[in-house]
Amino acid sequence: MKQVIAAFFCGALFGVGLAAAEMTDPARVTGFLDLAGDWDMTLALVMASALTVSVPLFPLVLKRPHPLLAQKFALPVKSAVDRQLLAGAMIFGIGWGLAGLCPGPAIAALISGSPGIFAFVAAMIAGQWLAGRLMRRSR
Amino acid sequence: MSTPNLIGGIVGGALIGTASVLLLALNGRIAGVSGILGGLLTAGTPGERGWRAGFLAGLVAGAGLYAGLSGRFPMTLQAQGLPLLAAGLLVGAGTRIGGGCTSGHGVCGLARRSARSLAATLTFLATAMLTVFLTRHLLS
Repeated sequence: MKQVIAAFFCGALFGVGLAAAEMTDPARVTGFLDLAGDWDMTLALVMASALTVSVPLFPLVLKRPHPLLAQKFALPVKSAVDRQLLAGAMIFGIGWGLAGLCPGPAIAALISGSPGIFAFVAAMIAGQWLAGRLMRRSR
Repeated sequence: MSTPNLIGGIVGGALIGTASVLLLALNGRIAGVSGILGGLLTAGTPGERGWRAGFLAGLVAGAGLYAGLSGRFPMTLQAQGLPLLAAGLLVGAGTRIGGGCTSGHGVCGLARRSARSLAATLTFLATAMLTVFLTRHLLS
């Protein structure tokens, strides 16, 4: 239960951050991605600011024997840069470029009640499911 | 849109970074939204589902809190109809195949000094920029 409350608090902090940064506005995101157009630097600022916090602190947190509310750290295990990683990143990049939406902001933006956001999130879930099926079959 | 959101961007980014550090320190988990969502859908136990649902609910609540306090929530869709749905499918599939998104690979992965996350982040950034260039400047 403590883990659920802690996760909710972290998610809320994250959500406030996304909204304050206006990363929940696809126009701001595509404004950054549109290098040849009316360039909007906001996303670069957001990333730089986020990394200013996470880059120094992640190694410090990971030095501890275990997290505060859990038995161990659940970290990704793969280390090699492989074709699957790059292919996935490219596919994600195309979708992100088309809509200016990635998972975090899309879910946060559900609060707007926009049918388009709901449709995007539904399609995102479907895409995850389809990819999961594909990956299991190719094993 | 060329007027950048300077204060909001810097403060918002710091909150995102802080939230990620806290989720790691408290729950020992990576604040990668695509993984959290995907994990929620495939999780077998309440233990795996609970914190994920909590985080995602928090995302919505946090955005709502900010919108309520500030009185505004600008949100202009950049695609409609089929292209929007296609984009959703691609984001879902791509993040599942590539094992992460802007939060997981970008904010957390780079903080972990992960070569995988660096490669992924550069790749999806470049691809997204190319996509916007093609759709806004070449094909329209």
